[in-house]
Amino acid sequence: MTAPVLAVEEIGKSFKGFRAVERVSFSVDAGELLALIGPNGAGKTTTFNMINGQLAPDHGRVRLGGEDVTRSPPRALWRAGVARTFQITQTFASMSVAENLLVAILSRESATGLLADAGRANADEIQARLDEVGMGHAADTLCSVLAYGDLKRVELAIALVNDPRLLLMDEPTAGMAARERGALMRLVAERARQRNTAVLFTEHDMDVVFGHADRVVVMNRGRLIAEGTPAEVRANPLVREVYLGSTIGEANP
Amino acid sequence: MIASFLIQTLNGLASASLLFLVALGLTLIFGVTRVVNFAHGSFFMLGAYLAVSFHGFVGGGVLGFWGGALFAALAVGVVGAVAELTILRRIYRAPELLQLITTFGIVLLLKDVVLYTWGPEDILGPRAPGLTGAVWIFGKPFPQYDLLLLVLGPLIGLSVWLLLTRTDWGTRVRAATEDRDMAAALGINQALMFTGVFALGALLAGLAGALALPREPANHNMDLTIIADVFVVTVVGGLGSLPGAYVAAVIISVVKAWCIGIGDVRLFGMAFSFSKLTLVAEFIVMAIVLIIRPWGLFGTPQSPQRVSAASILPMPVPDVKRLWPLALVALALLMLPLLADRFTVVLATDIIIFALFAASLGLIMGLGGMASFGHAAYFGAGAYAAAVAFKAGAPFFVAVPAGVAFAGALAMLFGWFCVRLSGVSLAMLTLAFAQITWAIAFQWDSVTGGSNGLVGIWPPDLLSGKTAYYFATLLLAGAAILIIWRSAHAPLGYLMRAARDSRIRAEAVGVDVRIIQWRAIILAGAAAGLAGALYVFSKGSLSPDSLSIPRSVDALAMVLIGGVQTLVGPVVGAAVFMLLQDWIVRATPYWHAVLGITLILITIIFPQGIVGTLRQWRQRREGGP
Ligand SMILES: Nc1ncnc2c1ncn2[C@@H]1O[C@H](COP(=O)(O)OP(=O)(O)OP(=O)(O)O)[C@@H](O)[C@H]1O
Ligand SMILES: [Mg+2]
Repeated sequence: MTAPVLAVEEIGKSFKGFRAVERVSFSVDAGELLALIGPNGAGKTTTFNMINGQLAPDHGRVRLGGEDVTRSPPRALWRAGVARTFQITQTFASMSVAENLLVAILSRESATGLLADAGRANADEIQARLDEVGMGHAADTLCSVLAYGDLKRVELAIALVNDPRLLLMDEPTAGMAARERGALMRLVAERARQRNTAVLFTEHDMDVVFGHADRVVVMNRGRLIAEGTPAEVRANPLVREVYLGSTIGEANP
Repeated sequence: MIASFLIQTLNGLASASLLFLVALGLTLIFGVTRVVNFAHGSFFMLGAYLAVSFHGFVGGGVLGFWGGALFAALAVGVVGAVAELTILRRIYRAPELLQLITTFGIVLLLKDVVLYTWGPEDILGPRAPGLTGAVWIFGKPFPQYDLLLLVLGPLIGLSVWLLLTRTDWGTRVRAATEDRDMAAALGINQALMFTGVFALGALLAGLAGALALPREPANHNMDLTIIADVFVVTVVGGLGSLPGAYVAAVIISVVKAWCIGIGDVRLFGMAFSFSKLTLVAEFIVMAIVLIIRPWGLFGTPQSPQRVSAASILPMPVPDVKRLWPLALVALALLMLPLLADRFTVVLATDIIIFALFAASLGLIMGLGGMASFGHAAYFGAGAYAAAVAFKAGAPFFVAVPAGVAFAGALAMLFGWFCVRLSGVSLAMLTLAFAQITWAIAFQWDSVTGGSNGLVGIWPPDLLSGKTAYYFATLLLAGAAILIIWRSAHAPLGYLMRAARDSRIRAEAVGVDVRIIQWRAIILAGAAAGLAGALYVFSKGSLSPDSLSIPRSVDALAMVLIGGVQTLVGPVVGAAVFMLLQDWIVRATPYWHAVLGITLILITIIFPQGIVGTLRQWRQRREGGP
């Protein structure tokens, strides 16, 4: 049996005594889409931050393909094949969309030269990657003027530059219309199947979660409260209680 | 031995009191307004001069001294309130870097106010009546006044603490320090409180200045000397922490006092002067703290700096068709010696040298988003290294590369620490480094010639004519400027801008931000070193002024006048600055005041500088973003 792409083992994090994440464990296999859901403040983003090395967990381990990568910095994890998008989008605001991808490509090629021309050689790759996420028309637009949903798409394109084996997406479809959401998730799912990418994503839109995830884990107040197939999770009374009054299992409003 | 050790410790504690009072004021102001007030050292200096004048009017005695201290404190408090109402109030929302530069404008302005009012000479101040003698401690004399100071610092600190914890006003100030938005939501009248806190902070600095008089005469170096020390204290203690300010002030002062106390000793058969090592000791303390706790002893790790996208201009790859003005300028520069007189050629040489200096600062500030208030350290290091190499027999063509290499090596050392900080802490650190470098050049007589500097450093016969040297400068500095410009659209430049725009995103795509920033600092340091080396051979002599804080501020002013977010901005700024200076210095001795007011106005009205503002206008006209 091969090790899962990502294994999270009993990780936890407190902020000044407040336990944001407590003893959370789960794993993601190659080619699998795992949704991490939970109400606001459940600890999803904090978990993401511990996985990609942005936050050091207080305890527990993070393994990548069986290898312990706990406390590795984000840049090392990226080189090991972990890419992510952020809930609050992080792009290079003074640069065009194409230049945002260019930076990731330069980093991938370990280009740090002083005199080399950064731009020319990579134009084709950049255009292809932008077309893939439907942003091909906006290559020369500045990121500072993009709509939120478009920024999310750019972030996804940046994340895919490195052909990651683990893709982390924190609310990837926020700011998009319902139809766009489906299209984006199909794109991600297709890619996961084709290249065997493991995908972990958080999402508040339950249509997206139940329509695209292979498996779902549910967090509440820092703890993992349920795990299973979308159908199992949807039927779980504890989950229903946590989401009481919210849209779980109902049609999209 | 033990006794003299203890005496030096007490001595250090007395100095620590003064340092603490200034740092306390700075910290209070920072806590509420989030502005690091560079002018705090100037308030200290102003306090000293005002107390001297009060004493002059009233005469000696208890009223003359203590009344003077009280008067100075209150008067400086009023000055602080006025500064807050007229200037600072307008910059609370501005990016940190601009805030720092605005307050540096106040430093320059007050410098000339003091020069105009009290003249250039040092003035001996009054001594405290009844406290002019010494007490005997462990069989050694110790000044009575120092003993009082030693107690006074913590006492005043305690009163401020009581004010903050036991009064209504203090509670509101603490609320505002902890959470500004919350305080605003609670309806606390922020405007009034900001003015009050600023006045209180200034008052403490003014008081410290007056109390410093029995130990040192009122003089023109007080402002930058104390602010550099206070910045070291703040970096060591942790920005924003009151206990940190005191503990760090004690550590720094006591270590310094020990160095002086040890004095000259022979180690391994070599005469070794510890008293000259005070600054190095300060550096070592700071370095150790920064290695272990980059955010200071009592500080908390910085949250990633807030970068407002609006303040950063894009830097698209330039269109080759738009580069024709550059070709015209290059042509004009080549023709210049044919048309101009000798004086103009010399001025043009200066401008080119400073254009390189400014461009090198623009590289790390504009592309890297790293403020440096000590860039002259590299300029001066390059100049001194070249001069010393020349004096040791190296020819021009060896001495200049030696200067570049030395400046680059120094940037490598300082940069290693700098990339661990960001924002205002970084700016304070660079200033402290530069001040230490300056002091070493100032004190190391045998190598640097001390305050006299070095003379007789001339280029070889081939370049001895002013025109020949002009062309050599144009070639070398011009090439370096082109490399810097080029780097903006090379991988290094892209990665620097990426790290500036979003450090989190940059790290998340595998960029080692610290390494990139370190490389940029080394590159900028080496380029500034080239400027310094060319400078010393054009002037033939060199003094510690070439790496003083005002020289660093010149570079900042050039970058800012031209436009920090643009490539040509710093170069344009250098030209405008030098021409303006050449013209104003002939008209008035108060160049600093003019420069200070210019800086204040630019940061408030045209933060994008000449080139940036022009570019925004053009874009608006073309209807583009
Ligand atoms: N740096 C921090 N310091 C203090 N508390 C934090 C910090 N980061 C997160 N928290 C707290 O930890 C808890 C979990 O936050 P987290 O962002 O992980 O939640 P989330 O599940 O992503 O929520 P959302 O759906 O709103 O994005 C929240 O209560 C939050 O206030
Ligand atoms: Mg979140």
